[in-house]
Amino acid sequence: MEFSVPNILKNKIDELILHYPEKRSVTLMALHAFQEYYGYISNEAIEWIAQKLSLMPITVLELVTFYPMFSQEPLGKFHFKICRTLSCALKGSKNIYTFLCNKLGLDPHLHGRQTTADGRFTVEYVECLASCNTAPVLFLNEDFYENVTEESVAELLSLCEQKEGENE
Amino acid sequence: MAKEKRLILKHLDSKGYNPSITCYLKHNGYKTLKKAFSLLPLKTEDGKTLSAQEQLREEVKLSGIRGRGGAGFPTGVKWSFINHNTDKPVYLVCNCDESEPGTFKDRQIVHKDPHQLIEGMIIACYANDVHLAYIYMRGEFNLGAKIIEKALQEAREAGFLGKNILGSNFDLEIYLHRGAGAYICGEETGAICSLEGRRPYPRIKPPYFPAALGLYMCPTIVNNVETLCAVKHIIEIGATKYAKLGIPGDTGTRIVGISGLIQKPGYFEIENGKVTIGELIHDFAGGPLPGRKIKAIIPGGSSSKVFRADEKITLKTKNSDGTESIKTIDIMELPYDSNSIMAAGSMTGSGGLIIIDDSVSMVDVAANISEFYTHESCGQCTPCREGNLWMCKILRRILSGQGRRIDADELLRISHNIMGGKTVCAFGEGSTWPIESYIIKFRDEFLAMTGIAEDNRKEVWGESGINRFE
Repeated sequence: MEFSVPNILKNKIDELILHYPEKRSVTLMALHAFQEYYGYISNEAIEWIAQKLSLMPITVLELVTFYPMFSQEPLGKFHFKICRTLSCALKGSKNIYTFLCNKLGLDPHLHGRQTTADGRFTVEYVECLASCNTAPVLFLNEDFYENVTEESVAELLSLCEQKEGENE
Repeated sequence: MAKEKRLILKHLDSKGYNPSITCYLKHNGYKTLKKAFSLLPLKTEDGKTLSAQEQLREEVKLSGIRGRGGAGFPTGVKWSFINHNTDKPVYLVCNCDESEPGTFKDRQIVHKDPHQLIEGMIIACYANDVHLAYIYMRGEFNLGAKIIEKALQEAREAGFLGKNILGSNFDLEIYLHRGAGAYICGEETGAICSLEGRRPYPRIKPPYFPAALGLYMCPTIVNNVETLCAVKHIIEIGATKYAKLGIPGDTGTRIVGISGLIQKPGYFEIENGKVTIGELIHDFAGGPLPGRKIKAIIPGGSSSKVFRADEKITLKTKNSDGTESIKTIDIMELPYDSNSIMAAGSMTGSGGLIIIDDSVSMVDVAANISEFYTHESCGQCTPCREGNLWMCKILRRILSGQGRRIDADELLRISHNIMGGKTVCAFGEGSTWPIESYIIKFRDEFLAMTGIAEDNRKEVWGESGINRFE
């Protein structure tokens, strides 16, 4: 099966190649571009990047499996990342996480990333997001929210529902 | 009342200030760069000629500034390790991987005043004959990445980057490189490996000192965001004036972040050693939450050893006549600077204070921090990879009510098997200092929690001991 990569992505990688004296350096930024475009990193994508940068696929795969920001499976349309580390924990990030999991029918005791059965929501704990003064903090997709409370998370959830309604 | 001294943060929060180049230029932006380019070779008294670059490097050395990333190594000395007489290119990497729990200073600069960083970088690159530099930014700063990309583009269009910058014959390109959620990339050789497209496993020193065998095995300077901004101010006001700020041994200003259980968490720029921990907590951050009492202070990011709020510190001070005197002070009276905090047995690290009050168990804190280091260990060295996970599992077990009285000593034993130069990088030490210090300084809390659990099990299982854990 042919894996076709759109020109916008191809051009981006070509541009990135000019930034480094060695092609291998492009891998991480290329993975960002693919993760952003497709929402996950497929085996085909890994092979395509490897070929483009004259690398073995394993050289690309070992980065995908190392860095927490990449996913090898598609994630929910709405992706919550809640800071777990000390300053946020002291300000109640565990309550936020538990609240969100319960609202979405996920198990707050499970380790790692979880996606709802309908594939709409993904929730995960992440480590310190470097905004400890505005704890607790979370990401909803690309948007960053500070000083979150259970109320504001509930609002975010209804915002998600609303957005989904608009798109349909 | 102690006051802030804002150099780097001077404009960043003022009304109407924005990250655009027009705004930066309006506030005298890029003037220091022009000053650096205008330097002429200087004849010294002993007949030598110092090039403009050598003068800039000398200024940074004279300023006495110590790196603001965490290790506190003198920046000028770091720069002096670069051998300029090879045909290898020299690279500069700006470490913007800010990931140390409790630290959020670089975020402010990158999001609100990106051109200040870029100007500092151009000056540092000019001083060190660097023609290709990277900003290594943590992946989670997605907005920061957009802001920096835009700022770099603006700087390129205005002629501050590219070929023959401002007619100086100096070429420089700066590119942004994004991490993807790994704390270890903040370790300088980890960042270098990440930039090379490898797994960010730190490299062993010697021989892989970045100054000798750095990026692509070429001489490389890795400096923190705040350090590079400070370089701009050193060149702007001159090393002598900069060195008068702060105290000898830790000059200049630094951005301190206070978070945790405190009234007004925030970031403050202070002169090193001119503000005490107590002033930071009470005057700047508004003191403890109503009805609570501060119990513990993490003074410089999660890796630093904790202080008890009721701790007394014995300090040796040198008198003007050369004799030493010993005095005992309250922890709240301890000045916030590298030397004082180190003398008290911890470190200023990345300048992030986390305040813990009496509503929280230190076992909980230890478990939280241990989860972090377990997750973030790169996995290269066995003591760190296995030891941190082991400690984390013990702490999880204690929190689930299955503690044993001997767990505190067991945790100490494991932590002592990780620290002491048994790992490639300082992560091993940094991950065990906090846990070790929590147990030593709050042993009673560990014993209480595990003791209750052990006694309860005894009641359930009786004295036969067959199913006991001991």
